Amino acid sequence: MSTATLTKPGAGQSGPTRPAVAEDAEGRIGLRANLRHIGALARRNTLQIKQDPESMFDVLFMPIVFTLLFTFVFGGAMMGKGNQSEYVSYLVPGLMAMMGMNVSMSVGTGVNEDFQKGVMDRFRTMPIARSSVLIAKIVVEVGRMMVAFTILLVVGLILGMTIGTSWLHVLAAVGLSLLFGASLMWIFILIGLTVKTAQAVQGMAMIVLMPLQFGSSIFTPTSTMPGWLETFTNYNPLSNLADAARGLFRGDIPIAHDVWMVLAWSAAITLATAPLAIRKFRDKT
Amino acid sequence: MTRHDSTPHAIEVRGLVKHYGETKALDGVDLNVREGTVLGVLGPNGAGKTTLVRCLSTLIRPDAGTATVAGYDVVRQPRQLRRTIGLTGQYASVDEKLSGWENLYMIGRLLDLPRKDARRRSDDLLERFSLTEAAKKPAAQYSGGMRRRLDLAASMIGQPAVLYLDEPTTGLDPRTRNEVWGEVQRMVGEGVTVLLTTQYMEEAEQLASELTVIDRGRVVAEGRIHELKAKVGGRTLQIRPSDPTQLSAMADAVRRAGLDGVAGAQMVPEEGLLYVPILSDEQLTSVVGLLGAQGFAIADIGTHLPSLDEVFLAITGEKSSESDVLRDMKEEVAA
Repeated sequence: MSTATLTKPGAGQSGPTRPAVAEDAEGRIGLRANLRHIGALARRNTLQIKQDPESMFDVLFMPIVFTLLFTFVFGGAMMGKGNQSEYVSYLVPGLMAMMGMNVSMSVGTGVNEDFQKGVMDRFRTMPIARSSVLIAKIVVEVGRMMVAFTILLVVGLILGMTIGTSWLHVLAAVGLSLLFGASLMWIFILIGLTVKTAQAVQGMAMIVLMPLQFGSSIFTPTSTMPGWLETFTNYNPLSNLADAARGLFRGDIPIAHDVWMVLAWSAAITLATAPLAIRKFRDKT
Repeated sequence: MTRHDSTPHAIEVRGLVKHYGETKALDGVDLNVREGTVLGVLGPNGAGKTTLVRCLSTLIRPDAGTATVAGYDVVRQPRQLRRTIGLTGQYASVDEKLSGWENLYMIGRLLDLPRKDARRRSDDLLERFSLTEAAKKPAAQYSGGMRRRLDLAASMIGQPAVLYLDEPTTGLDPRTRNEVWGEVQRMVGEGVTVLLTTQYMEEAEQLASELTVIDRGRVVAEGRIHELKAKVGGRTLQIRPSDPTQLSAMADAVRRAGLDGVAGAQMVPEEGLLYVPILSDEQLTSVVGLLGAQGFAIADIGTHLPSLDEVFLAITGEKSSESDVLRDMKEEVAA
C-alpha cells in the first residue's frame, strides 16, 4: 500500500472525467464557471421547494390575505364606504414593497437553517466562489417574489384595481420592487449568518420590519401623519418604492425622484452589505 | 518521520495551532501523510481531530503553523487546494431534501463536469455504493449507513487526490461500519491518500497504515500501527478452559512456550479466564495449537483490541482527557 503510485496531486487534472480547468493559475473562478455554479445551486434551492411545497405558502397566500384584509378593513375608512376599489388601486403598488421585504426576510431564516447542516461544509470545501451559494439563494428568492407579485396583481385586478398606464409601466414597477427586495436580501443574509437561530432572525427582523412598513406611504398618504412621522416616512425607502410603483401604475404623478431614490438605496444597501455577508459566510466556522 | 521510504507527502503539517478563546483546540500539531497511504488520527472527543480536518480543508484558518495538502498551502492557496480534496464529515454533508442522485449531480456540476458526464458519474457512483434503488428518494429518508455511503460517493465525484474522513463510522451499526470500511479500502486501492480521524482503535487498525494519536491538541504518539501495537500490547486473547481447575496449568503451559510477548499471560480465576497478550495472528494460532497439542479442552475463545483508553495509558501513562466520556460511550456501543 505504501508504495502504490497514485494520481499526481497536481492542480486539478486528477482524473479522466476532470474537465478543462475553469480557473486561472491563482485558482480564481471564471465568469462562466461561476454562472454554472450559481445555476447548479439555484437548481438545488428549487428542488428543495419541490420537496417541501409548504415553503411556498407565504408567497402564495400572503398577497391574497393582505390585499383582502387591507382593502376591506381600511378601504372603506380611507375612501368612503363602497369605494374599496379606489383603495385597491392605491394599495396594490405599495404592497409589492411590503411583500418584497417579507420575502427577503425569509432568506435570512433560510440561510441560517442551511448553516445548521453539513452540506454548507461541503460547499465551502469545493472549488466554487463562496458568493455563488448566496447569489443562487437570491436568484430563487427573486423567483418566489415574482410569484407573489403576480398573484398580488391578479387579486388586485379582480378587486377592481385600475391601471392608468401600460403593462410596460407595471413591469417597470415590478422590476423596481424586485431590485429593492433583492438588495434587502443581503441585509437579511447578514443577519441570518450572525444570529444563532432562525427564530432569532425572525424576531430581529420583525422589530425592523413593522415600523418601516407601517411608517411609510404603503397604506396611507403621509400627509395625514404628524410632522415628525411624515419626515420619517418621507425618508423611508419603502415610501419611495411605493410612490414610484404607484406613479408607474397611474401615470399622472411625477416619479423621477422616487425612482432614483429606490435605485440609489438598492445600490447603497447592496454595496454596503453584500461584501460583509460574503465575508461572514466565508469565515463562519 | 520519513524514515520508511521516500514516497512524497500528500499532507504536511508543521506546528499547527488553533485557539478558540482560551481553549487550544490545536496546540502545535506536526504530521505527515505519504501519498497513497491512510493516516489514522486517533483521539478522544475534544482532542482536536475535527479542528485539524477543518483546518486542512480550508474551513477554518489556523492561528499559527503551516499545512500543505497536495503541495498547496491551506492559507495562501485555498482555491487550488479545494480542487484536490474530498471531505466526509461526522455529520453527513449532503442536502437532505434532495435525492441521492440530485445531490451527486449538483456536486458534479459544481465541479465543472459537463451535464452528460455529471449524469453518468452520478449513476456510476450510486451503483458502486449500492444506492441505485434509492437514487430518487430524498436523502432524508436514507438510513444512517446509506447517508454515509452517499456522503462518500459525493466526496468521490471530483476524484480527489486527498480524502478526509472525519469519524466516518461514528454512530453506525457494526454491519454498516464494515460496509463503509470496505468502500474506504477500495478508494485507497485506487491511490487516494486518506486522513482518517477516529475514536476506535479497531477502525484505525482496519484502515490505517500509520497512526497519530492526539490528545488536548497535541500529538502524543505516532508511528506504524504494528509499532504502536508493540508498545501497547496488541490484542489480548481470552481463553476459557472447559475445566476451570486447569486454568493455572494452562497459564504455565503458555508461559513456558517462550513466544515473544506471550510470557505476560495472566489468569483471572474469578472469571475462569486466561488472558494472553498476542502480537500477531501466528501467535494466536500457536497458542491455541499448543494448548490443543497438550490436551487442554477449550470452552470459549476470543480476542479484543486495546481500547483507546488502554492505548493512552500505555503511551502516556495517563488517562485520556475524556476517558470518562469514552467509557460511557464504549458501554453504550457494547450494549
